[in-house]
Parts: sequence; structure tokens; C-alpha cells
Amino acid sequence: MSIFGRRRQKRLVAKEERAPMPPVLVDEALVRPRLDGNSSNLDKRLSGSRGIFDRVRALSSSGAVSVDELSVVEEVLLRSDVGVSTTNVIVESLRTNGAPDGVASAVRQELLDALGEKDRSLRVDCDEGRIPVWLFVGVNGVGKTTSIGKLAKREVDAGARVVLAAGDTFRAAAADQLQLWAEITGADIVRASEGADPSSVVHDALERAKARNASLVLADTAGRRHTSSNLLDELSKIRRVADRPPGQVTETLLVLDATTGQNALTQAQEFLAAASVTGIILTKLDGTARGGIVVAIQQELGVPVKLVGVGESADDLVPFVPSEFVEALLEA
Amino acid sequence: MFDALTDRLERLSSSLRSRGRLSDADLDAALEDVRTALLEADVELGVVHAFIEAVRERLSGDVLQQSLTPGQQVIKAVHEQLIEVLGSSALKVTYASRPPTVILLAGLQGAGKTTTAAKLALWFKQQGRQPYLIAADLQRPAAVEQLRVLGSQIGVDVFSASTTPVKVARAGVAEATRLGRDVVIVDTAGRLAIDEALMREVRDISKTTSPHYTFLVIDAVTGQSAVETARAFHESLALSGIIVTKLDYDSRGGAVLSARGVVGRPVVFASTGEKLSDFDLFHPDRMASRILGMGDMLSLIEEAERTMDADVVAESAGRMMSGQFTLDDFLSQLNQVKKMGSLGGLMKLMPGVSKEMRTAASSIEDKDINRVEAIVRSMTPKERRDPSVIDASRRTRIAKGSGTTVPAVNQLLNQFTQMRKMMKQMAGGKTPDVPGMGKMASLAARSAQTREQLPAGFEALGAGMAAGTPRPGTNSKGKKKKGGRVTPPKQR
Ligand SMILES: Nc1nc2c(ncn2[C@@H]2O[C@H](COP(=O)(O)OP(=O)(O)OP(=O)(O)O)[C@@H](O)[C@H]2O)c(=O)[nH]1
Ligand SMILES: [Mg+2]
Repeated sequence: MSIFGRRRQKRLVAKEERAPMPPVLVDEALVRPRLDGNSSNLDKRLSGSRGIFDRVRALSSSGAVSVDELSVVEEVLLRSDVGVSTTNVIVESLRTNGAPDGVASAVRQELLDALGEKDRSLRVDCDEGRIPVWLFVGVNGVGKTTSIGKLAKREVDAGARVVLAAGDTFRAAAADQLQLWAEITGADIVRASEGADPSSVVHDALERAKARNASLVLADTAGRRHTSSNLLDELSKIRRVADRPPGQVTETLLVLDATTGQNALTQAQEFLAAASVTGIILTKLDGTARGGIVVAIQQELGVPVKLVGVGESADDLVPFVPSEFVEALLEA
Repeated sequence: MFDALTDRLERLSSSLRSRGRLSDADLDAALEDVRTALLEADVELGVVHAFIEAVRERLSGDVLQQSLTPGQQVIKAVHEQLIEVLGSSALKVTYASRPPTVILLAGLQGAGKTTTAAKLALWFKQQGRQPYLIAADLQRPAAVEQLRVLGSQIGVDVFSASTTPVKVARAGVAEATRLGRDVVIVDTAGRLAIDEALMREVRDISKTTSPHYTFLVIDAVTGQSAVETARAFHESLALSGIIVTKLDYDSRGGAVLSARGVVGRPVVFASTGEKLSDFDLFHPDRMASRILGMGDMLSLIEEAERTMDADVVAESAGRMMSGQFTLDDFLSQLNQVKKMGSLGGLMKLMPGVSKEMRTAASSIEDKDINRVEAIVRSMTPKERRDPSVIDASRRTRIAKGSGTTVPAVNQLLNQFTQMRKMMKQMAGGKTPDVPGMGKMASLAARSAQTREQLPAGFEALGAGMAAGTPRPGTNSKGKKKKGGRVTPPKQR
């Protein structure tokens, strides 16, 4: 069964009747904006993009790929947020190498190659007497806390003794949010008041984990802008503390929102530099977004995608399977 | 990367100018660059196509203006189209005649609705309103608590109850009315546009509260799916506008353009940071520049366009090239400079201008230009055309007439002679790509390395116009050789 089955199903939903427009309360001061003079035109254009990969599949040619076919491929990739440069690389490769087994299979293969064979497991192995720590990092609202909740469920169910460290002491009620997950999953939680030093929360969580003989610590951090060196420094510090005995950071997971576009590449670069990211969790793949940007990230930075989020409930975090991801991507 | 777009367009061969309009091939090349830049800025592909076509229409058959390079002309068209799509100015917010004005926020998970609700409340408070918040996100753990904490930080009451989102919203609006609050902001749970049950729920909230405004909250770093999201929410809720969040993420925020393009409703507010006060009305003009990474380049182009008299520039440029440059031409160029305002201020606008250059430029005051003008005006027409006739007695007369000194007159004449020699050399050999003051704006994008290409007026100004304080080669990298000849350095 495909992990994306749910999404396909949801997409079949028929549109409800359109609500009437409200009176315009926002004065559109000067210019009445338009895109090309005819917005329905645009609409047609957009709906035309759906099922484009069916068009790719329908391309019967094998061997050399025609210009038209290349542009269809280009369109599919761009629409999936793969990005201009990675798309160009793939299109160029198709142009020069042709598609002996048909365009669809060639594109699929290109993408799989780009994603590569990687170790996508979550590591817990660490030195004698130390406790593995998984650190969750990312910008605001991508799904760090939710991913921790989901993983806590998974690990507790598998028999682990899990301690959650509520390292987001910045956002209002962030610790409450994690606390609710702790209650749902039966994990232990260490939290401090808002504004407390996140490193010391992590430190305390490690102490607690040691005292309780826990087998895993999941550390939440506040969502932070990847452009702020202060915030990234703070993250490095949290990581250092977490990596000090009795703790040992075995995974630093960058959480990325599948709806994010090219900015995700910059995010990944910055977090990689500041916190030595070991893996990516790609969330919100249950929506319309394809998350194609991870292809570029994996190709350029080599950080493997390890898990994907496909919903909001506890079971909606599943291992990343490249072939399924590629299929979903090409559905665009 | 985006700055590169401006660069690339800037470099579009200026030989096009002679043909008077952009050729189709040139236009195609330029628009290809624009397409890439927009895609890299995450503008949705369909929106990009529509956009490019609109720009093409703007440019095709357009006669090139003298004061701009072809590249600048393309940039200008792109910018104008961006403004047209984004709306041209910050919008005015009006209030319902029968308070409270109800505002409903909707959007995807993690877009930032809850923070936005609080920011919006603070904004209204600062407008002298009495806002009220309703926490109708009962989905995400602790979302209600989050809004409560934020509300207490800004001193705005938060309504919540543990019933259903629809009931909370209805009861909240009633409570706001009872309390006499004039603006009510309803925070809802994040939802996927393809999640039918949740979309119906938000529609029900909308029906029961009859909001005056329904805003889609969208993350600035959203990729290609922004269009689908925006359209789906619009179809369900009939949006009255868009609020864009996380504009501080250094993103080009192409999602704004995508959503705007497909929804056709204005972007009303923008959130630019984590602090609750980092929030204000959206300024389409600033956004338009951001998307292309053009910065202040555009203000320069506009400035050049507004103030440069194209004919004057072209005429003197032509004579300059043919070696017949006169003091009259010199004067008219100076006046163009003057029209553009203080050189120092202008230089500040230019990206990549070196510090030394800026200092040099800011030391040239209007009064220096005025002095040169006075000197030239004290000359007879014949003297202006052919300065070689100016002997010692004429110099004394000119100095007197202009209220300056003979050394000042001498200096100007020396500079002028040198300049003319240099121009002849250039005209005979390598042609500087855009002569004349129209070059000003294009200079901007090219940073300090182009010092050697300074237009005539600048050259003279920098090289020692401030009478009495000769600053040989201050602004010119040219080396003064023994024979007193100034050779322009090789172009890189
Ligand atoms: N549909 C969907 N929603 C998700 C998924 N993962 C997380 N979310 C939702 O995204 C929203 C934000 O998630 P959080 O876990 O609070 O994100 P965060 O990164 O911890 O946010 P901050 O702590 O504010 O930086 C919540 O409403 C989650 O329910 C997913 O895979 N699919
Ligand atoms: Mg969180």
C-alpha cells in the first residue's frame, strides 16, 4: 500500500458550491490588478498542469527525447519544487542520454539517482553509558514538535523509555504542546518556564533520563530563522550540551515543510553548518505539495531524508521510500 | 543569484540602442533570464508564464528610451508588471459601519495564523481600536493556550471554550458585541485545502460569523503549491485578502505573487519577524523590488528617467564621440547631474559603490557645480566652442565675471582639455559602451570596477573641479603619465 494513498483519495473530493463574495472592504486604491487580463485563462493553464505526468507516461518514444517531451518533463519537475538548477541537470541528462525505456522511466531513474542509496535509519548506537539524543531543528511551524510526538509514540510503542526535552522555551505555550504529546504517548517530559535557557532544559532532561534509566531523549527546539546567526549559535550551544555525557547526539533531524520552495535549500545549508544535521524529516506530504526540493537538497548536500509526515495524528510519520516519493512527485 | 538577473539584463548589448528597439531575439534572451529568476523566487510556473507574456507585451514594439539601456528597460517593464500584479500601493483598511468588524484567518498548518492573529490585534490596537481575539483552533495541541499567552502580552482579551470551533466562533463574536469591541479576529486551525471535512468546518465558521474580511495566511517561503492552496481556499471561502508571513526569511517571497496572481485579491498585511510588532501593511512596491533582488537599482532608474533630458544627453554624447565636445556640452551635462540631486546621495543609492568613491562624490557639492557653471557662463560663445582662444587676459576677465580666481579658471580649462583628448582617444579606439550622462543609472549596477567608465561630467568633477584643491585622478583610475596624458585603464 502506498503511503500516499490517503492523499490521492482526498484529492477526488468534489468542490462545494462557491460562497458569495463578501462586500469589498479593502480598498484597492489605484490599479485593479490582473495577471494577464484574463484570469480564467490562467486557471485553464493551471488545471492543464494536472496529470501532466500522464502525459509523460503517454510519451511513447524511446531513444532520443524530443524538445516537446523535454519541456513537459521540465514543467513537471519545476511544479514539484525541484528547482531550476536540478531540473536543468535532469533535463540535460535526458537530452544527451536519451530514454531507452521511455521518458517516464528515464525521469524516474534520474530522480532515484539524485536521491541515491542512503542509510535512512535513525541511529541510537552510542558510547557505553551514554544516552542517545535526537535533536529536532528547523524554522517556525514546520512540524518539529508534532514530529517529536509522533516519534515518541513509535519509540514508546517499541518498548523504549523516552524522555522529551521541551527545548522550545521561546514560543508561547510550546512546552504545553509537547506536554500534551507526552501525555498521549506516555513519554516522560522535562520542561521549564518560558524564556528559560533551552540548553539547561536539555541538560536537565539528560539528568532525568540518566536517573530514570531512559533509553532515548528527544529534544525539541524553538523554530528559528536560518538567517539569524544568534539563533543558530544558540542551536550550536544546545547541541554541544546535548552531546556531553551522559548524552550523545546520534541524530540531528532537520524538519522541512514539503510546501516550502527553494528557500528550503538555504535553510538546509544553514542548519547543516550550525548543527551538523544528519537527516531530514519532510512533513506535510499529505497536502498538495510534492516536496521536490529535497531532491536538490540530497543531491547538493547529501543529507538523507529519513522520514515523511503524512498527517497530523500520531501514526502519520513513516519511513521515506524513494520510489514512492518519486511516484508521488511525478503525479504533479 | 537574483542580483545576477539585474546584472545580466544590465549587460544586454547596448548596441541595440542604435536600432532603437529591442529585437525579438534580445527580448527572448532577456525574458528567459526573468523566467529563471521568478522560478528561483518560487513564483508558480503558470503565473510565471502569464507574467512573462505580459512583460513581453509591454516591451514589444516599444521604442527604447534614450536615457535607459535596453537592459534597464527590461528591468523597468518587469518591475512595472510586478507592481501591477501586486497592486501599486499599501491598502487602506476600512471598518464595518456596524461594529464589530469580524476578521477570519485561514490557512495551512504552520503558516503562522495564531501569531498573526495576535500581531493583527496589536496592529488594530495601535490604530486606536479595541480588538478581541477568538481561539477557534481546537485542533493543534495548546494552540488556545498559545493565543492566550500572546493576548495577555499585548493586553487583548481572548475568547475560548472547549466546545466546537463553530460554536466557539459564534459565542466569541456575540461576546465581543456585548463587550463593545470593534474588531474581532478569529484564529482557526490549520488545514489542508484538500481536507474536505476541515474545509467544510471553516466554511461553517465563516457562515456563522459572517466575517467582513477573510484573510488567507500564507508563508512567504511556500513553493509551487501556493497557487493550489490559495485557489482552493478562495473557492471555499471567497477571500478578501492575503496576509503573508515570514517575509524575514530572506526569501524572495514569490509565493506572494503566485497567490496574488491566482486569487486576485490584495495582499494586505505582511509579517516580517518573530516579535509581535514585526507586522505592518504590505507594500507592493517594496515587494516587487525584493522578488527580483533589485534593491534600490530601480529608484535610480526612475531617477535617471525622470530627470535626464534624453535629447540633451544624446546630442552632447554624439558630439563627444566625434571629438567636438564643447564647454557648452560640458555645461549641459553638469546641469543634468545637478537635476539628479546631490551626487553623494545618488552614490549612496548605488549598490556596490566603493567607500572611497562615495566619499569623493559626497565632497562634490552643488556649489562646485555652480562655480563651474559660473565660469563657463562668463565665457563668450566662441570661447566655449574653442577654449584654445582663451588667453591670459580673457582668463582674468572670466575669473572676474564669474567671481572666481584665475587658477580656478585655469584648472577647469586644463581638465576640459584633458577630457576632450581622452574622449578623442576613446572615440578612435575602444568606445565606452554608453556615452553621456544617461549612463548614470547603468553605472549603479556595475559597482566600483567601472570607475573608469565614469561619464564625462563625473570625470571632470572628481578630477579637480573643486577649484583650488586639485585632486588629480580622485575619481579616475587613469594613470597620469609624464606627458600629462590621462590614459583610461583597461576594462576588466
Ligand atoms: N497536514 C499535516 N500537518 C502537519 C504535519 N506535521 C505537522 N503538522 C501540523 O503543522 C503545524 C505546526 O506543527 P508544529 O509541530 O507545531 O511545528 P513546529 O515546527 O514545532 O512549530 P514551532 O514550534 O512554532 O516552530 C501543526 O498544526 C501540526 O499539526 C503533517 O505531516 N501533515
Ligand atoms: Mg514547536
